[in-house]
Order: sequence, then C-alpha cells, then structure tokens
Amino acid sequence: MTTAARTEESPAARRSRRRKTLVAYSFLAPNFLGFAIFTLVPVLLAVALSFFEWNGGDISRIRFVGFDNYANIFNVSKVAEKGIGYFFNRVDLGIAMKNTVFYTVVTVPLTIACALALAMLLNKVRGAVVLRAVFFFPYVASMVAICVCWSFMLMKNGPINQMLMALGVNYNKSWTADSTMAIWSIILVSVWRNMGYYMVIYLAALQGVPRELLEAATVDGAGRWKQFIHVTLPQLRPTTFFVSVMMVISCFKIYDVVAIMTDGGPGRATKMLVTYIYDEAFAKIRYGQASAIAMILLIIVLAVTIIQFRSEKKFSAD
Amino acid sequence: MEQAFHTKAIHRDNPAAHRILKAVVYILLLAMAFFTLIPFAWMLFSSFKLEREVFSYPMTWLPETWHWENYSLIWQKVSLLTYFKNTAFIAVVVTFLQTLTSSFAAYAFAKLEFRGRDALFLAYIGTIAIPWQAYMLPQFIMMRSIGLYDTLWAMVVLQAFSAFGVFLMRQFYRGIPTDLCEAARLDGLSEYGIWVRIMLPLSKAAIATLVIFTFVNTWNDFMGPMIYLTRDENKTIQVGLRRFIQQYSADYHLIMAASLCSLVPVSIVFFCLQRYFIEGIATSGLKG
Repeated sequence: MTTAARTEESPAARRSRRRKTLVAYSFLAPNFLGFAIFTLVPVLLAVALSFFEWNGGDISRIRFVGFDNYANIFNVSKVAEKGIGYFFNRVDLGIAMKNTVFYTVVTVPLTIACALALAMLLNKVRGAVVLRAVFFFPYVASMVAICVCWSFMLMKNGPINQMLMALGVNYNKSWTADSTMAIWSIILVSVWRNMGYYMVIYLAALQGVPRELLEAATVDGAGRWKQFIHVTLPQLRPTTFFVSVMMVISCFKIYDVVAIMTDGGPGRATKMLVTYIYDEAFAKIRYGQASAIAMILLIIVLAVTIIQFRSEKKFSAD
Repeated sequence: MEQAFHTKAIHRDNPAAHRILKAVVYILLLAMAFFTLIPFAWMLFSSFKLEREVFSYPMTWLPETWHWENYSLIWQKVSLLTYFKNTAFIAVVVTFLQTLTSSFAAYAFAKLEFRGRDALFLAYIGTIAIPWQAYMLPQFIMMRSIGLYDTLWAMVVLQAFSAFGVFLMRQFYRGIPTDLCEAARLDGLSEYGIWVRIMLPLSKAAIATLVIFTFVNTWNDFMGPMIYLTRDENKTIQVGLRRFIQQYSADYHLIMAASLCSLVPVSIVFFCLQRYFIEGIATSGLKG
C-alpha cells in the first residue's frame, strides 16, 4: 500500500502521509519522552562519565581523566607488578568479578536442574495448577521479607542448623557470617526464589515436545529415563539455552539478596559487581570510578546478549 | 490433558509400576512444596512468638501462646502505614502510566507506518538489554539536579516508561489482524478511536499481564527506593522494612510480623491474577 502511495505522490497524498506520521508520533510521544529522558540520556551519560573524575559536589569540579578510572579499578600498576593472582585476590574489582562469576556458575545450573525437575514432575499430574502457583510464589514475594527470613533461618541457633544437627551435621555458625558459607546462602536463596519462574518456562516448552517422538522412543523400548535423556532434553535445548542466557544476565545483576543478607561481607566474601558499583557511587561518592565499573558490567551483559542473538539465529536456521 | 491420556495408555500393561511411579512423583512434589513453603511457615509462626522463643533450643515450630499483640506493636514502632501508603501510591501510579503509555506507543509500533519506526523500535529493545545498574548513577544525578531526589515522583518517572511494557504490548498487538484496523479506518474511525474501541478491548489479557508484572515489580523494588528515598516519610515498604530490621535487629518476632505484612498485598494480587502472570511468562518468557 505504501509503494503505490510513494510512486505517484500528489501534494494531497504527501499531506496525508505527513498527517499519518504526526498521528503515529502522538501515540509514541508520552512514552518516548519519558523513555528518552530517563533511560536513553542516562545510558549515554554513563559511558561518558566513566572517563571523568567527579566526587560529587558541584558539577564544575568534574575533570576529564581519560582511562584513569579504568586503570584504577583494575589497579594496573600493582597487577602488572604482582601478577594476575593479585587482581583476583586483592583488587576489589577482581574479587567482585570472581564472586559474581562463582555465584553465576553455581546458581545457573542448580536453578535449571530444579526448574526442569519441577516441570517434569508437574507436567502430567493432577493439582498441577495449585502446585505451580505454590512453586512460583517465592518469585513474587518481596525480597526484603524473604531474605531476612532466610538469614534468620540460617542463623547459629536457627532452624536450618538445628535440622542439620538432627541429621548429624554439626555446623554451629551463622551461615551469612561465615566467609565460605555466606555465598552459598545467597545461592540457596536465589535458587529457591527463581526455580518456580523458570519452571513455568519449561512447562510451556514441554507442551511443544512432539508426542510422536516420545511415542517412537517408547516403541523402541526406551524407559522413562532414556526417553527423557534422548528425546525430551534435546527437544528442550533451545529453551535451556534461552533460560541460561537470561539467568546469566540476571545473576550478573545480583544486588538485593546480597545487600539484605550479607552486605557484601563478611569481609569481601560476597562482594558482587553491583554491590561494588553501589558502594563506589553512593557510599564513597566516586562517580567516575563507579561508572567505569558499571561499564564493565555493561560489557559483560552485552556480550552475553550478543552470543544469545547469534545462537538464536543458528537455532532458528536449524 | 492428552499427554496424561497417552502415558496411561503406555502403562496400562503394568498398573502396579505405574501406581508406584505416580506415588514417587507426588512424594517428590510434596517435598519440593515443603522446601518452597517452609520459610513462609517459619515466618508466620515466628511472628506470633515471643522474642526468646524464635531461636529456642531445641526448636519449636508453633508458638507456646499466640501473641497477636505483635501485630499491633509493629505499627507503633515504625510508620508502617506511611510505608504502605507510599508504596501503594508508587505502584498504582506507575502501573497506570506504564500500561497507558506503553499500549499507546505499542499501537504505533505495531499498526502504524511512519518514517523511523524500525530505528526507534530498535532503540527501545536495545535498552532492554542494558542493565539498569549500568546507568543508575547518571540517572540519579539527573534526577537530583531537577529536584526529584527523595520524592515519590522520582520512583514514578524511574519506572513508568520502561521499554519492556512497549515490547510486551507490541508483540500482542501484532497478533491482532491488521484487516480489523483497515476496516475500522474505512468506517471513518480515527486512529485514536481504533485504539480505544478495538485494540484496548482485544488486549485485556496482555494488559492484565503487564499490570500484574508492573505492580509486583514496583511493590518489590528495593534498589531504586534505597538510592532515592531517604526521609522516613518517603520510604516504601521494602526500604522501610529494612530500616525496621536495622533498628530493631534483635526483635526477631516483630521483624517477622512486619515482613509478613509486607507480603500481604502482593500475595493477594498474585493469587487473584496468577493465571495471567504465569501465562504471560510462559508466552513471552520475559522478565520485568
């Protein structure tokens, strides 16, 4: 319809097209104005700010420093002298990256395993709707409430330790105050909270597994387990991939659970990338440095997203 | 449904094995449900206990006597009611603005032809991939410079114009046949008329999904209010609850009571609209 309009465009047609564009913009304007001012502009400013030094106060104190902020957060001079081990054990950014990656690498497969198991169990039982809502519920429950509840439950005399003791495991410490267990308590809460969410996605994907394939496998004498390994799992591959990418991204953005349960501690045991950004930006008021760390986060997340886009093309081409 | 039928057919020749398998599935499901619900149960029971009872050794599940007064105490200790009002205000205004402006913009992206449409839309979805934490600082500096720091409106404008809402609504609108709009145009309906009379009524399910997503996200938002809201009379329930925790850190029973209260509104919304929520995730697979 547009091609016809364009080839023989009379003034009247042009006017009508301009009117159409105006109408379209009027639909967009309310959202776009807010979006441009409060999202687009800050995104551009974030990139710029990472090359400046500004420790709050009046804007006139802002100073261009090139890549200094990046050099600082990587502590380039010290790391060059003492090696990469120094970066991951001593430098804030290195520790934050190490913790975030560890958290991600453990949380993603654990959550996928739980979500998939729940979806498989729920797939063909009666009462699935009620149970589905139960498993999903932690995802909508407020973070502060559930995190404080979990950290109480994981306290020294809390119910978890007492239950463990009944099983013969004597762990007589608060999980969140112990430098090795603190990150595990965060992983525990994350898996517990998110498994229901990803279960829902798996449940939807399971409906798309062709019944003929499952039938064929049964005819070939495959048991339930074999059927799952050789038919269901490969069929769910695109979903698993999509879910892992989404989860990796959200894991890299972890903040709430850490802020409420451990506040990055004890020491720096649970310091994450976003906790680090928050500290630099709002506690230490080092805006330039905070923005440089934010760019590291941005680069990681965008890299994961690009991998997803590429592979999605591959999946749809298959 | 059909799937269930099918498995029945397979296992008809071995009903005993089938029954055992069924039992195992239910036992596993119940175990997982127990694991899922146990913190909530513990929170509920602890909220009725005395402070010393919460971490008693050996542990007890139920309180010795049910201390209902805990629930009246918390309202006196901190201004919970103010926190609730603030959160409700933000959640309602954000949800309203978000739904209205997104469905409006989504109509243009889905059904209107204009120059720059694809580039604009790309800018929108491009920012979905950018984590908010990467640009929260410049956003904060901007908001402060226009005097929105420590106001509820900061939280409103922060969340009311997300690209996510536009994306969700556009996906839905694309599924509505364009012929319907064409026919309405021929009948002399303006684009605004089409949006009001055709698109809105047809997109109830998508709107419900967006409403509940936005409401839950706004209600539970923690980092935004944490950065922006400092005065006590401006705090939302999440940061207010955190303040309560820091201030009365040893009053475990009261903290649990306040936590439970903070869950009530969002739970009601969830259980009333959970079908839309869960189906919305299943179809879009997207996260707010």
